[in-house]
Amino acid sequence: MTALLQVAGLTTCFPMSQKNVPIVDALDFEVGRGEVLALVGESGSGKSMTALSLMRLVPKPGRITAGSVRLDGQELLDLSVRSMRSVRGSGVAMIFQEPMTSLNPVIRVGEQVVEAIRLHERVSRGAALDRCRELFEQVGIPDAAERVNAYPHQLSGGLKQRVMIAMALSARPRLLIADEPTTALDVTVQAQILRLLQELQEETGMSILLITHDLGIVNELADRVAVLYAGRIVETAPRTALFKTPKHPYTQGLLRSMPALAPSGERLPEIPGMVPSPSDWPLGCRFASRCARAMDQCSQSLPEFTDQGPRHTVACYAVSQADSQSGHGWAGGTPEGL
Amino acid sequence: MESHLASNGIVAALFLAAGVTVWMVRRSRLWSSAFVSLWRRRRFALLVTGVYVAVALLDSVAWVGGDSLAVDTVARHEARSVIDRVFGGNQEKSYSAPFAEAEFYGGGDLRYPGRHWLGTDMIGRDIFYLTLKGARVALLIGGLTSLIAIPLALLFGISAGYFGGRIDDVVFFLMTTLASMPGLLLLIALIMVMGKSTLAVCVALAVTGWVGFCRVSRGETLKLRELEFVSAARSLGVSEFQIVMRHILPNLMHLVIITFVLMFSGLVLSEAILSWLGIGVDGSWGQMIDQARNELSRDPIVWWNIAASGTALFGLILAVNFVGDALRDVLDPRTIEDER
Amino acid sequence: MGAYVIRRLSYGAVVVFGVLFLLFILFFAVTSPDDIARKALGERVPPAVVEQWKVNHGYDKPLFPAPGHWADNMLVEHYRRMLTFDFGRSDADDTPILERIRKGMGPSLALTIPLFVLSVLVAIPLSLLVAFFRETYIDRAGVILAVLAMSVSVLLYIIGAQYLVGKVLHWFPISGFDSDPRVIVRFLALPIMIGVANGLGGDIRFYRTVFLEESNTDYVRTARAKGCGEIRIMSRHVFRNSLIPLLTRIVVAIPFLFTGSLLLESFFGIPGLGAITVDAIQGNDFSVLRTMVYIGSLLFVVGQILTDLSYALVDPRVRLE
Repeated sequence: MTALLQVAGLTTCFPMSQKNVPIVDALDFEVGRGEVLALVGESGSGKSMTALSLMRLVPKPGRITAGSVRLDGQELLDLSVRSMRSVRGSGVAMIFQEPMTSLNPVIRVGEQVVEAIRLHERVSRGAALDRCRELFEQVGIPDAAERVNAYPHQLSGGLKQRVMIAMALSARPRLLIADEPTTALDVTVQAQILRLLQELQEETGMSILLITHDLGIVNELADRVAVLYAGRIVETAPRTALFKTPKHPYTQGLLRSMPALAPSGERLPEIPGMVPSPSDWPLGCRFASRCARAMDQCSQSLPEFTDQGPRHTVACYAVSQADSQSGHGWAGGTPEGL
Repeated sequence: MESHLASNGIVAALFLAAGVTVWMVRRSRLWSSAFVSLWRRRRFALLVTGVYVAVALLDSVAWVGGDSLAVDTVARHEARSVIDRVFGGNQEKSYSAPFAEAEFYGGGDLRYPGRHWLGTDMIGRDIFYLTLKGARVALLIGGLTSLIAIPLALLFGISAGYFGGRIDDVVFFLMTTLASMPGLLLLIALIMVMGKSTLAVCVALAVTGWVGFCRVSRGETLKLRELEFVSAARSLGVSEFQIVMRHILPNLMHLVIITFVLMFSGLVLSEAILSWLGIGVDGSWGQMIDQARNELSRDPIVWWNIAASGTALFGLILAVNFVGDALRDVLDPRTIEDER
Repeated sequence: MGAYVIRRLSYGAVVVFGVLFLLFILFFAVTSPDDIARKALGERVPPAVVEQWKVNHGYDKPLFPAPGHWADNMLVEHYRRMLTFDFGRSDADDTPILERIRKGMGPSLALTIPLFVLSVLVAIPLSLLVAFFRETYIDRAGVILAVLAMSVSVLLYIIGAQYLVGKVLHWFPISGFDSDPRVIVRFLALPIMIGVANGLGGDIRFYRTVFLEESNTDYVRTARAKGCGEIRIMSRHVFRNSLIPLLTRIVVAIPFLFTGSLLLESFFGIPGLGAITVDAIQGNDFSVLRTMVYIGSLLFVVGQILTDLSYALVDPRVRLE
């Protein structure tokens, strides 16, 4: 069976100082049925733009310039505007980073969920409202029957995010994109929301594309991980493999700077330098300027993906070279995302 | 003091100010890049505005004597501007159509046949010449009023926003009170009370016009006051006056420019209305339009007076509005979108 | 709610007091009753006649409170008269001012109410349309047309339209007024059309900015992500949130309907409050002008309070406390 979501060569460009800059550059990845894929990267790495590209909601003047996005084998980038609209919500739903501003402040939250239900299903208002109450209970909103009449400003951040989740679930999507769903919330609330997402995933069997910069969240929720750096994927691996044997120097640096993994009492190691800004991305590997293992080759051309284990691929000259010298390269398995 | 000397002095001061501005703009990367992108977007509007300014300046540099064309002897002892010398002095007795060879009504001979590109008005003045002279009046109204209103608004706005407390209460009350009075009526009342003169019109326009910008600068100062660099300066013991001069005022400059340009067109249009009510500034395009009302009901109609003054007014306002719009896009950080 | 209204009303009262003080400064302190009398009578009248005129028009008291006449002075008198709507008589022709206002209100409202309603009904759909087509040629053309329309002086609109419609097309009478409902439209159609055209450019530009600001918000993105169509987003999500800034512009304008339109009324010979004001300006009638400014301010303060209260209707976040 093919994967639920297959993305190939997805490129999204923004015009910046007279030229088109690919903020999302030739991404290949897939999300299996019932799988949680985490897309990890620093801010500015193009994570959110990837999510919006999948929904075809790239804000102007940005544009998807190349690639393919297939949901259940259906090419989303070729759909008419009208058909794409019906995919949004029922095929792919999305929750956002900012629950505070993501709900319409002048419409009752129940009404906003009812709207989402009735956009995809021909049901009466009353029936939709009943569904809405059920959804509210499902996502753990206490006093669901009353809360449907609340306005967003009357709810806490955590409750607002639950409403957003309820809205996202309302049309029974096959894929849920969660864009930094807990970043704006208190730490205690974060854990609750993560647990809720996990439970809902198990209940409904939907797939989740989790977008985050927080490796802790990845560790809790993800089945597989794709690491994004400056608009490109540098490494894809199952969660355990990624945490145990990270291959790409950037991934390694990212993991080393995690407080939970570092030896206590010592200064956290950091990756030197800064993420280059999109307008001066180099020709070759975008991490080259910060990489301790960089070679001449690295700044000349982009490295190809090489297999490093079951469903584990890396784009790095240093890693592939070390393999060929020691002969330890992984020969089995299928190349990821092709 | 001779009024033409003052006028010449003002022109010199303007050139000096323009020089200093250019020097400062070239030193700051932010401002010069803003100017470059303004030039790229609104080249034509800027050029048109420049033509108006040039005409007004040429009409402001004046001296006495050196004239052989003047018909009446009084004119020989009056200071006359460059515009007066080049385009003035060809007075007729009454109406004549553009490029006409004879008078419009009656068909009598003209003194200067074919020389009136835009015809002449009721008392025989050349319309092209009057239209050119209107540029100076319009720019004077916009410029002088802004020169009174903007510093006033900055003074009150910054002190209210920065010091807060009682000062803020008083300024806020003053603003609310002035804003509560219907603008045009207050304007009229002020001019009637002060008596009709160019200065009175400008002062009245300034009194009614400063409130809007005062509100903006108060709000912006309130925001700036809370920013880190201001608290940092304060914790280092920089005096309040220096904080205002170094940190608050420069950060309001872009708003001053935007306000000046957007206010300008409103002021010139207001003056046209005042002219129609009979309390405008002498020689303005508003007055010419006002005179033209009766001319349109004559038979055959006299259309060139209103056509010339109306077009000149429209051209200036349009150019300034376009520049102002682009300026707001270029300078106001709120409209600069996040690029991602 | 009650406490809020009381607090709001009392601040309004303070503002009205401030306005009255300013008016006193302008019309009594700067322009003294002597000046007013001389303007009405001419410069060359004997002082005795001036004194008599001042007595007749109630200008014969000392200006400011001082020992001996703490209550009996022009300042106190000014406040008393204005606050009790005892506006007295015109400086120019001795007619009772209140009577004139009562007569002028009808024609003014007959002009301004349709003008106002039509302006809103034309400008809002047009700006929604322009905002809907944002970043396309329709939007750009709309903005340029709006700036063009804004740059034309209202005088040119009036003169041009009067000439075109009245002299060339002969659709409507060029000026005049008749309150007979069968013919009133013939007199009001032209001024109303001009009024709408004159305000349209600025209105569209303002509303468009408001709509565009709202359509860049996160909740609009949420609505798109759940599969909302663009038309539904505009009419439901964007429009409802835009009501807050829209109300500020619209509700504030309502009280000014009562003061009429200076330019339109006098150009078209409509005997409303605007025309009365213009007559007062041309006839140096200070008492009428003073009264008009006061009434205008009073209505503005009322409009402000109405606006604040109306926020509570459209924005659930606003609690009147």
